Amino acid sequence: MNIEEIEKEIIEEFELFGDNWEEKYEHIIDMGKNLPKIADENKTDKNIITGCQSRVWLNTELKNGKMIFTADSDAIITKGMVAIIVRVFNNQTPQDISNAQLNFINVIGLKEHLSPTRANGLLSMIRRMKQDAKNLMNGSNNNN
Amino acid sequence: MNTTENIRAQFPILNKQINNNALVYFDNAATVQKPKQVIEAIENYYYNSNANIHRGVHTLSRVATELFEQSRKTIASFFNVKNSQQIIFTSGTTDGLNTLVQSLSKSVLQKNSEIILSTYEHHSNILPWQLWAQHNNGKLKIIPLKENHSLDLEKLEQLITPNTKIISIAHVSNTLGLITNIEKVKEIAKKYNLIIVLDGAQSAPHMKIDLENLDVDFFVCSAHKMYGPTGIGILYMSEKWLQELPVSKVGGGTIKTVSFEKTEYEQGALRFEPGTPNISGAIGFAEAIKFTNIVGITSIYKHELDLVNYAQKQLNELPEVIQYGVSKEKAGVISFNVKNQHPFDVGSLLDKYGIAVRTGHHCTQPLMKVLNTQGTIRASFAIYNTKQELNYFIEKLKKVITMLK
Repeated sequence: MNIEEIEKEIIEEFELFGDNWEEKYEHIIDMGKNLPKIADENKTDKNIITGCQSRVWLNTELKNGKMIFTADSDAIITKGMVAIIVRVFNNQTPQDISNAQLNFINVIGLKEHLSPTRANGLLSMIRRMKQDAKNLMNGSNNNN
Repeated sequence: MNTTENIRAQFPILNKQINNNALVYFDNAATVQKPKQVIEAIENYYYNSNANIHRGVHTLSRVATELFEQSRKTIASFFNVKNSQQIIFTSGTTDGLNTLVQSLSKSVLQKNSEIILSTYEHHSNILPWQLWAQHNNGKLKIIPLKENHSLDLEKLEQLITPNTKIISIAHVSNTLGLITNIEKVKEIAKKYNLIIVLDGAQSAPHMKIDLENLDVDFFVCSAHKMYGPTGIGILYMSEKWLQELPVSKVGGGTIKTVSFEKTEYEQGALRFEPGTPNISGAIGFAEAIKFTNIVGITSIYKHELDLVNYAQKQLNELPEVIQYGVSKEKAGVISFNVKNQHPFDVGSLLDKYGIAVRTGHHCTQPLMKVLNTQGTIRASFAIYNTKQELNYFIEKLKKVITMLK
């Protein structure tokens, strides 16, 4: 599936909760618990994204031209949000990740988590993912 | 009648809905909400009396000057300070401490001087001293905590050396709500002839403070934690320091005569208030003091202490909760964590229920290190909070704990 298809799938999933934010958050927490964990050796200072309140670890690899992310966070809601983004971006090309708008976050009513005042490291994580994607694109251009 | 209902009616913001729930505002230690008298006093000043002060011959300037100086007197009298000139307007506690450190660095502080702080200082009472110390080979000595998180003042005396000049200490911990035994600190400070700087940011909103009898060298606080506006606070200094403390910030309003060779400075408070001050802020601050006087600061203390003790008792019944700095005598603050849960998660979910608490390190990172946690959840109370709100908070906290399990 491409990024847009996964976004659509997530939107449909969240539509089931309607206005019930409690169920929505329970779902986010569940996703956080099921996030494929970053290997301990990759929980390095280089991979840490510091928000004021919660921290995110993110590791990026490139396999067969697709980006593979593993991550973790010390706060479970942040971890759930990280899991959603990783689900959208995993196995996508650097080009697609770099161009992604992620409008679905607004649609599923979780935009507040991307506000800079949340200080949860999530916004910085998305920036890092896109930056990593751009770096890989530039890197491959240089190789040509 | 000062019923909680009547008091709540004076705070327009308390009618707000947050995330489709009635607002429960438990972040009062960060900043407290404002009664409409304060909002109206500021508005009224700009509608009817705005002019620059201390310099105009025209009527409005005289009116504004009078309002400003009357505000100083109202605040002085609240703190039982006879000479209102001892009350210097600042932009808040942080500004007061920065100004003070700058001035003391021109007189008392020398290379190698030592300053004593406590483990539970907020960053504003650490960083100005640390910055000075870094440039002057100075040293900060820290009063440790006891098991129950209160200050271990038995250890204070052994921190003192011939180089110690100042004890700068929080009257109340912003994170824990614990009250410093200032009489004990004074007893030791007097014995060694040390200067006492009392950080009243978290005590002035909750407790009767009589500066005349307290007899410390300096005292700072912020209006916005005392039902007043942001951007204004005071630096109090004893009569002796009012005469002797060098100025550190200069500019218009602080002088009698200026030439390019020499300047003669004003006497009293004006010497420390360069530039056009926060006139509307001072007026709003005085109005907040009037509000506090009508309700009564001792009633405020008692009301908040009831809430603190009720909350501590309720939280104690939840096995998942760890509380910090539990005490029967506190100033409006409780601090806790849910075992194995990040404070950010608990705070985010409580917000969904309309409950505003503070999560994180509360600008006291050294304290967090001693408590061995990344942060805590802090609920802090004001005169308008109720037991019903606390019951709602406990009910939702239980729900949040289940959600996060």
